[in-house]
Amino acid sequence: MREFFHRKLERNAIGFVLAIILVSGIGGFVEIAPLFTIHETVEDAPDMRVYTPLELAGRNIYTREGCYACHSQMIRTLRDEVERYGPYSLAVESKYDHPMLWGSKRTGPDIARLGGKYSDAWHVAHLINPRDVVPQSVMPKYGWLMRNELKTDDLGKHLAAQRAVGVPYTDAMIANASADAYGQASPDSPYASGLSERYGEATNVRAFDGEPGRLTEMDAVVAYLQILGRLTDAAHRQAAAAGK
Amino acid sequence: MIATLTVAERQSAIALSMLVAFFGLIMMIAGSGDVLGVHGVIVLLFGLGFLGLVMSKYFEPEPPQERLTRYYDDPTKVGIVLSLGWAVVGMFFGVWVAALLAWPDLTLDAGWASFGRIRPVHTSGVIFGFGGNALIATSFHVLQRTTRARLPDQVTPWFVLIGYNLFCVIAASGYLMGVTQSKEYAEPEWYADLWLVVVWVTYFLLYLRTLQRRKEPHIYVANWYYMAFILVVAVLHIVNNLAVPISFGSAKSYSLFSGVQDAMTQWWYGHNAVAFFLTAGFLGMLYYYLPKRAGRPIFSYRLSIISFWGITFMYMWAGSHHLHYTALPQWVQTLGMTFSVVLLVPSWASAGNALATLNGAWDKVRDDATLRFMMVAAVFYGLSTFEGSFMAIRAVNSLSHYTDWTVGHVHAGALGWVAMITFGSLYALVPWMWKVERIYSPKLVEVHFWLALSGTIIYVFAMWNSGIIQGLMWRTYNDSGTLAFSFIESVVAMRPYYIARTVGGSLFLLGAIVAAYNVWMTIRMARLRGVTETGGTDEPVLPGAGAALQPGE
Repeated sequence: MREFFHRKLERNAIGFVLAIILVSGIGGFVEIAPLFTIHETVEDAPDMRVYTPLELAGRNIYTREGCYACHSQMIRTLRDEVERYGPYSLAVESKYDHPMLWGSKRTGPDIARLGGKYSDAWHVAHLINPRDVVPQSVMPKYGWLMRNELKTDDLGKHLAAQRAVGVPYTDAMIANASADAYGQASPDSPYASGLSERYGEATNVRAFDGEPGRLTEMDAVVAYLQILGRLTDAAHRQAAAAGK
Repeated sequence: MIATLTVAERQSAIALSMLVAFFGLIMMIAGSGDVLGVHGVIVLLFGLGFLGLVMSKYFEPEPPQERLTRYYDDPTKVGIVLSLGWAVVGMFFGVWVAALLAWPDLTLDAGWASFGRIRPVHTSGVIFGFGGNALIATSFHVLQRTTRARLPDQVTPWFVLIGYNLFCVIAASGYLMGVTQSKEYAEPEWYADLWLVVVWVTYFLLYLRTLQRRKEPHIYVANWYYMAFILVVAVLHIVNNLAVPISFGSAKSYSLFSGVQDAMTQWWYGHNAVAFFLTAGFLGMLYYYLPKRAGRPIFSYRLSIISFWGITFMYMWAGSHHLHYTALPQWVQTLGMTFSVVLLVPSWASAGNALATLNGAWDKVRDDATLRFMMVAAVFYGLSTFEGSFMAIRAVNSLSHYTDWTVGHVHAGALGWVAMITFGSLYALVPWMWKVERIYSPKLVEVHFWLALSGTIIYVFAMWNSGIIQGLMWRTYNDSGTLAFSFIESVVAMRPYYIARTVGGSLFLLGAIVAAYNVWMTIRMARLRGVTETGGTDEPVLPGAGAALQPGE
């Protein structure tokens, strides 16, 4: 009977195409659509803040250089991972990550909670030549980050596009994006205070690459690495509540 | 080749080239000061190049009407050559990135030459460049033979093939300049993605138009797989690449989805790129070239049906097994795990169907390296689908995920299955296409076979070892209840395996170079003899006895 049915189906090209679309469409629909509608999928974290323009620029450089190919940003709910890297990652922590950078491979360690773990100077030295600080490391050198000036003139457009996909940047944040990027790496400049107003007093404001006068790609990348895992305390609060 | 186009077709080719050049110009102007502008220049030159090529032959006489009684194979021939070219390029980059993990300073102090930028050149180069061109080339061949219908026109197949390669060039050059969405296996940015949609829809329509002209009432099983490949890849590509560019003058965009929804969409795409690009498409190849080369009908029609619909239905649920123990809700992980395990049934039905087809032809497998490529491909398909189902089990995944085991698994499939079935099919196809009785050197096919097999085995064993050691070191506790190894100790332990992997990959690359040389010499041999001489075993003429392969019963 089944064979008879299939013999008819395979004589009809359009019918066959429709059957493929129908049969292949079910799985993805059932698994993906509810993730947008079930509220518990993403936890609530009222203290969650957005990336500053400098951190976002750093994140874009992280993407550009393909860092996600070797570093995950997703601590799994396994004892050894929690003890090695910190509280396991919550969905809310990457709520503003367009796209997410959870990664799929750890040639190097997970860096979901890297922020604050090392000094800026360590990161700068490590990015220029990883083997200067970790002799057995196989990580590539990123010397050009220190040589390249950061492109800031289009950061407003970046923030506007982020808002278009759902990140709550305000008009003031978009309007001041370039100045805020400069201010975050120049603590003594007049732009630094506006940044703290818009993104919170806890925002890191310092010369990340050690050179206050110049805004380099290194400033952006280190600013990004230092905020990893620190946009919200939700994961630490949950771990504390669980009695750890 | 351009002389075989009719004058009307030459005109549409000119119009299309001008259109591409025009878009290149717009990109160049809108994206000046951005990498988009550089890509605009590449597109412009691409369009102008083809414009010049067609113009140079514009005044040739009309091709004879007699062409309509034969299949149209020129795009297949070019596709074969492109596929082998990309194979060498893609695998070279693969060996380079492999070597960088053992000798990290084996590169220049420049962004374009760093690991993170050349790695996607490797993955896209082999998957889309090598695999994709082979799929397009063989699909045109198989489609015509199994429907006994000529492609409906002579421009559309060129548009698909050349347009697709323009996409590949934009993708690869973009990575070197740092243009990437960071979505694995979907790295190209919004404008390249839009272009691929145009090319892909044209490809689908071409397939459908040819099917509607078929003189065989039934659609042969190979075409089911090619159709599923084209259709589902289109859906996956469009959904996973939804993004908002920061402006029409910039290459940069932000994906529409974020966080957990983006992760699920990405791995729904990622795993089904494996399913419908690297499995369904190549199963289409297997279902035509293996029985043809063995001279045996497919073992079981019923198994073909079960495995086709099983794969089409179940693969789409399996993507979430990439996200075990993550912030993805548990119910989705469990669904993914369950379907991944059950997926073994249709996968092994396909592998078994292929191997059982060889019953009665095992002497040929022994003597003919081309058929042996296909046999080994079916074996590796069976092995890596078993391994895949195994690794999708949550407890196993807790060890294997994030380690080199995943890399080993991917390469068992990519080298052992995808590349082997491709090389086998191309070795069968090349003498038919260039109308010679055999490939230039069967001995070199034999050499390639052993290079490819030993390379694959060294690679996969190295990665199994490194992956499992890595996974165990990360979770080992000492007597005082603390973690026994620092992360860097696990990196140091990987070094011998990274060297072994580089050796395995080099052998495989060497094999691909041998294949490219062998095919090149076959083409030269055919040219020297003159193409009028008939040889080859492929059915050359449309009307006549139904020599096209029937679904076997």
